[in-house]
Amino acid sequence: MSAEETHHNSAEVAARVERRWATIAVIIIVMMALLAAFAGIHRATMPQPRVEITDPSRLHLSGEFVESNLGSVLEANGNVTVRAIGQQYSFTPACIVVPADTPITLRATSADVVHGILIQGTNVNTMLVPGYISEQLMRFAKTGDYLMPCQEFCSFGHEGMWGKVKVIDKTEFADRAKGGGRLSCVGQ
Amino acid sequence: MLVNRKLILAHFWLAFAVFGIALTLGAWQMFIRSPIGTWLSNPELYYRSLTAHGTVMGYVFPTLVAMAFGYAISESALQQRLVGVRWAWAGFWLIVAGSVMAVIPIALGRASVLYTFYPPLIGNVFYYLGVVLVVVGSWIWVALMSVNLRVWRKANPGAPVPLAMFANVAGSYLWAWTAVGAALELLLQIIPVAAGLKATIDAGLARVFFSWTLHAIVYFWLMPTYIAYYTIVPRAIGGRVYSDSMARISFILFLVVAMPIGMHHTFGDPQVGAGFKFIHSAFTALVALPTLLTVFTICASVEIAARLRGGRGMFGWIGALPWDNPMMLALAFSFVMLGFGGAGGLINMSYQLDASIHNTQWITGHFHLIFGGAIVIMYFAIAYDLWPHLTGRELIDLRLMRTQLWLWFIGMIVTTFPWHWVGILGMPRRMAYFDFGDPAIAPQALSVTLSAIGGFILLASGIMFIVILARGMRAPQADAGPYRFALAVHQPTTVPVALNTHALWVALMIGLTLTNYGYPILNLALSSGTSVPAVYVGAQ
Repeated sequence: MSAEETHHNSAEVAARVERRWATIAVIIIVMMALLAAFAGIHRATMPQPRVEITDPSRLHLSGEFVESNLGSVLEANGNVTVRAIGQQYSFTPACIVVPADTPITLRATSADVVHGILIQGTNVNTMLVPGYISEQLMRFAKTGDYLMPCQEFCSFGHEGMWGKVKVIDKTEFADRAKGGGRLSCVGQ
Repeated sequence: MLVNRKLILAHFWLAFAVFGIALTLGAWQMFIRSPIGTWLSNPELYYRSLTAHGTVMGYVFPTLVAMAFGYAISESALQQRLVGVRWAWAGFWLIVAGSVMAVIPIALGRASVLYTFYPPLIGNVFYYLGVVLVVVGSWIWVALMSVNLRVWRKANPGAPVPLAMFANVAGSYLWAWTAVGAALELLLQIIPVAAGLKATIDAGLARVFFSWTLHAIVYFWLMPTYIAYYTIVPRAIGGRVYSDSMARISFILFLVVAMPIGMHHTFGDPQVGAGFKFIHSAFTALVALPTLLTVFTICASVEIAARLRGGRGMFGWIGALPWDNPMMLALAFSFVMLGFGGAGGLINMSYQLDASIHNTQWITGHFHLIFGGAIVIMYFAIAYDLWPHLTGRELIDLRLMRTQLWLWFIGMIVTTFPWHWVGILGMPRRMAYFDFGDPAIAPQALSVTLSAIGGFILLASGIMFIVILARGMRAPQADAGPYRFALAVHQPTTVPVALNTHALWVALMIGLTLTNYGYPILNLALSSGTSVPAVYVGAQ
């Protein structure tokens, strides 16, 4: 075989190997996108479907996020809705109480700058952007206390902005909810 | 042919000087919030430092490296004196002026808003104007790269543009366009408020504008590193580039798909709908493609070098590589960090997995590993490789260079691996202080301490790097010969127009940005009732 032929053969091999690798790379990427779509649909882990707005300068005056409406409420269908706000440098309620094994909807917003809610040990994680309402579905399998730090820089007091989530037994929560009103860890 | 060495050296020295300062601040931050530091009674000092660290490392340092390297590529790859040297100096001085203008309010505690700005927090207007000047200075470089290529094309009609210059110009276009997002946020939203002309701002819209910049900027930081992979490494270790066209395809892919993916930074945001989050997630997966192609081509190029040096066997050739060559070492470290960092990135790209680590220390660990690790270690290698050609003096102490690279690699692993881990445990970002006395936080103390130790190793390595370069300025004179780039196995004699010009790809880049960002931005900009009162920092 002449040197030229060898060179020609190796060039062909090179092109083939290269094509094969490119194909594998494309397959990997398509698989990842499909897996993300599947996980989103099958496991119902999707971002909130719609954009809702609210005026942060009037939160305390009227509407969904007035102080008397913050906290956890047992809905007629047995689900729980939690409403909370973040402001420099605390959450209201500072300690959220929810039942275990129950579908929960968290609805929250910010009264001033950008904050974030993260519940440690779970994948509950959302930003709070002033002017917009964040909604996240959650469900706790176990009772116990969880730390809930603000996960976004909100100025100099950010490092002190830690809330808590207390997950209690389902029946205990139902008992406490009988009195009506909005529940938090206060008055337990 | 490197004629304007002073210009290039000025950019490199300014880059590495500000890098040294920001690195020191970073190490201090790691220390002060770890259990080995004492509690900082004024957390505002921490955020001052963090703003300076981010602003320098994100905007000033990599931009100056890309500019210095870009001018060097233009002169040596095109074999043509730089056109527009005066403009280049003007750009340099704009960056100096902008940096000084930005750093004064930061140092005074009037702009502790972090480099990501975070409106409705608003700092002193001169901070933002300083950042704008830095960007404008770099846009002069973008224009000069384009002009120099055009001049060369006129003199060499139809000839294949050297790979280094083709990639360099692609990187400059990517930067020009990605910077537009933050520029719109600054000029339309933040600066009018900071200057007192307006008192309200749409924080949601600002976050979308910033995401436009925030992701593709990473690929701008990455460009010099990838150019070094393809056009310096094979030459430095005695090999050849496996495929010139695959290299061009990779750079083109970066140009096109790095842009329309930034909304994966807003997965947790309430102002972006689920549909666009998914689209951006899918495009983010796509941006792994040019990196996967690069990993293949570079490994193949390195194998060629090893076999030319007598390497044999399936994996035996790895031992035949010139491991005492700093460039070889830097490449290997860079690839290891790129592998781990890239794997972390694939986790960040989907809403489902991101939810468990969004805005935790995992993210900080991730981008320090990719940028500070895989990218910056190649900046070191580029400087080592270019230095003798810029100074006309030899860099002789190879052992010191190897030690420096080893320390950077070890330091980065020791810093970022525990950082990822505490992120999985849910440790939030940007905290001046942690109460390690809390039983729920106490288990993270060891990891945070390890990270701080890693920070000091990095600082030591950074100091060594600057010392090596400074000593290189006073070494005995030696002619390093002309600066060359790696040749391909099949050095192209003709290249298809699509792989030799940028117009089509720039059009695609802009088009995809418009389809992926146009509707969300218009929707937010046109909806009323979403502007919120500004919250001024440092006003008290």
